[in-house]
Amino acid sequence: MRPLTQPKATSTRPAIALKGVVQRFGGYVAVGGVDLEAAAGEFVAIVGPTGCGKSTILNIVAGLRPPAEGEVRVFGEPLAGLNREAGYLFQADGLLPWKTALENVALGPVLRGVRPGEARQRARHWLAKVGLAGFEDRYPHQLSGGMKKRVALAQVLILSPRILLMDEPFGALDVQTRQLMENELLALWQEDRKTVLFVTHDLEEAIALADRVVVFSAGPASRIVGDFRVELPRPRDVAEVRLTEDFLAIHREIWGLLREEVMRAHAR
Amino acid sequence: MRARVRLWQLGILVLLLAGWELSVRLGWVDAFFFSKPSEIAGRIFEWFSTGEIYGHLWITLWETMLAFLIGTLLGVVLGLWLALVPTASAVLDPFIKAMNSIPRVILAPIFTLWFGLGVASKVALGVTLVFFVAFFNTYQGIKEVNPVVLANARMLGASGRQLLAHVYLPSAASWIFSSLRTSIGFAVIGAVVGEYLGSARGLGYLISQAEGVFDTTGVFAGMVVLAVFVVLLDWVVSRVEARLLVWRPAPGQEGGTV
Repeated sequence: MRPLTQPKATSTRPAIALKGVVQRFGGYVAVGGVDLEAAAGEFVAIVGPTGCGKSTILNIVAGLRPPAEGEVRVFGEPLAGLNREAGYLFQADGLLPWKTALENVALGPVLRGVRPGEARQRARHWLAKVGLAGFEDRYPHQLSGGMKKRVALAQVLILSPRILLMDEPFGALDVQTRQLMENELLALWQEDRKTVLFVTHDLEEAIALADRVVVFSAGPASRIVGDFRVELPRPRDVAEVRLTEDFLAIHREIWGLLREEVMRAHAR
Repeated sequence: MRARVRLWQLGILVLLLAGWELSVRLGWVDAFFFSKPSEIAGRIFEWFSTGEIYGHLWITLWETMLAFLIGTLLGVVLGLWLALVPTASAVLDPFIKAMNSIPRVILAPIFTLWFGLGVASKVALGVTLVFFVAFFNTYQGIKEVNPVVLANARMLGASGRQLLAHVYLPSAASWIFSSLRTSIGFAVIGAVVGEYLGSARGLGYLISQAEGVFDTTGVFAGMVVLAVFVVLLDWVVSRVEARLLVWRPAPGQEGGTV
């Protein structure tokens, strides 16, 4: 694994640290005792069978729903309320349908008291950065699925969060658009190396993108059953990296474990 | 397609009117009970040419607008409050249901007692109708806010008040607007029923006067003027709605370009 540059003093502490985290919904135990750390600047992918509580973990780190038990620390500080260090890219479309692409991207700064003119200026820059110059005045329903994801990405990144939470963000896209988006995400990530928690059920996607792949067991009471380093060189091209021997070796190793969990989830 | 629909509509209208006119002229039905289209048209023309109708129209329009504005405002504000404060909604729920179950016509005489024979009693009646439409739609609109959009706005840093301005109200707007068209109809009903049951001016008064002297022509003419009046108001509201809800995809057009 490549040595990490350490831009801030706080980053000697893990960006995200979960300890003994349990989450219940009514009587159902979704997550049963999870310990997970992510270093600053680390790209961590979480994989697991459907319904294993991967999204639940993201919501806990985001502070949207505090855990029933356990501790969440963000850069060493216990998390109370919403996680102000985190940007969250949701699985479903979270854009505000009554705002144009530009207004959607400008929303974060506007909510934080940036003057509307300046917020729009910055939003224009970010829309261009995700390849949507010229689409400023479109409403979300006038954009394709891939374009909406780009707007959502710009909407989150404009606030420069130190942590990026992504919940199967590209799951609904077709394969070509998806690989394009994955490469663009990696390029953007390469610029400032945020800490990323990336939830997916697609193991190939996880390995192609991440520094570490964490495997969750089938629910209920799912927990971490495997933690693998991905030592593939960067920068990567997600389409090409899939064809290398190293990639296949890691894939075989993790798939052996993930397969069991998927079978267990299906048997239920 | 559009032209054909219009042609059919025109055809049906002509057929109905001609059938009506003929059956009266041929003596199949009694003109005393049914009047006839030519006479009704003549009466409407007379009302407008002498200017007699304008005062009545104006007063009905005024009552309608007041009932519409007051009722909508109260309904939206209370709808917002109850939707955002679950305790308040749990407490007030039975009261609201009970009040909404009262047939409004029964209230008209009481409102006349309370507010007199003038505009106020009609507005009050209209408000009791409009309020519930606006209230239920606002409440529903707020409750149906997309939870992902809400969570996204919160993660982007929206405070409670900002959520209201950027998420709840715009999201409820389409519900509120679709309710406005129903509301305007109810506001007219409140005004006209109020006038009908006791007043000295307005379209409802005009119709009730005509009924009092078995003037069926006057009754039908009043109904026609009323119908056109409501259609025009509805058209105005739908124009405003289309202007304000540009962000909404047209039905069956979801998904967009590329």
